[in-house]
Amino acid sequence: MSRLYVARSPRVAARSLDGEMMIMSGRDSTLFTLNRTATILWQAADGITPLDEIVRLRICAEFDVEPAAALADAEQLSRDLASHEILQVSDKPIPQPGAPSGEAP
Amino acid sequence: MTQLAAEIEAVSITIEIGGIPTRVHTTDPTFLRLLQQRYAGFVSSTENAEIEFDVEITQPDCAAPDAPVRVSHKHGCWILERGDFRAEWEPRAKHGWIRQTVNPYSIDAVLRIVHTLVLARQGGFLLHSASAIRNGKAFLFAGVSEAGKTTISRLAPLDVTLLTDEISYVRKQGNGYLAFGTPFTGELAKLGENLSAPVSALYFLAKGPQNRIDPVPPAEAARSLLANVLFFAKDEDLVQATFHSAFEFVTRVPVFRLTFVPDVRVWELIG
Repeated sequence: MSRLYVARSPRVAARSLDGEMMIMSGRDSTLFTLNRTATILWQAADGITPLDEIVRLRICAEFDVEPAAALADAEQLSRDLASHEILQVSDKPIPQPGAPSGEAP
Repeated sequence: MTQLAAEIEAVSITIEIGGIPTRVHTTDPTFLRLLQQRYAGFVSSTENAEIEFDVEITQPDCAAPDAPVRVSHKHGCWILERGDFRAEWEPRAKHGWIRQTVNPYSIDAVLRIVHTLVLARQGGFLLHSASAIRNGKAFLFAGVSEAGKTTISRLAPLDVTLLTDEISYVRKQGNGYLAFGTPFTGELAKLGENLSAPVSALYFLAKGPQNRIDPVPPAEAARSLLANVLFFAKDEDLVQATFHSAFEFVTRVPVFRLTFVPDVRVWELIG
């Protein structure tokens, strides 16, 4: 089974205020307010950490959920967020602008 | 003054809104008189305009001011279009042109759009709200249509200076914000005073059975503010800038919900 990788879209503006994560699409100005699970996913979406690890280390650690069910929900949530172009989803790591390449200089 | 300079002066008018002078050139004296009347109180004698527009007057055809506004950006130039006008503005050159018929509404729309573009880069915005000055402090009253912007403006007592009953002009200054009067009117059809003052509070209006003020949590305040900010351009950078400006604003300015009975007593709570 292939692993999924998720990364925050560079085409959005995001702010956390009072524990609420709000994201505005740069494409059409739609404003999204993320729930707690989506916020965890968004904050951990570095393009490098596989989704199953994010679920295991971040979501299962916070919520009392069965890992397989949590991963299925996280995959669906990731694709929903990707459909609004606020998250990128790929079966390969997603390089982030400005992020270290991982190679020695 | 040379004859040429006199002629140029005769066909130009500088409209200063929010401290930003915009010089409008036209060869049509009827249109010039219309602008002088429309923007009375906002006409400036400054020599240094920050924005200049040449207006080309066209003949009426099937102009449709109710058509949606389209604002796009191409090669450093903003293109503004609606059924009743077409305009281009190049910020780097500080210059643009407007093609429209003799009417005050088309150029009014162009000015609103251009000011939103300018303010977005400076941390400010135009807001669907009435605003007024009392005791040297500015208060904003935001809300959708029918929320009470015109009502609260109409109820303002004599010691209150109305800045606008429809669209407030908010500029960032230091750690705070200034509200400026605007000629952009709503139902009251009365130009605001060309003054400014530091913004002391933002109220979201709601009509109700009694007058009361309740604090609005910051996240809700940001959401409500964004819903009332005027923005026309489909431009990712400016959308992001406006988004962050709204958050900056609600972290610096107290935001409340003002529920009010539509009579003069509501002003006892303000100022």
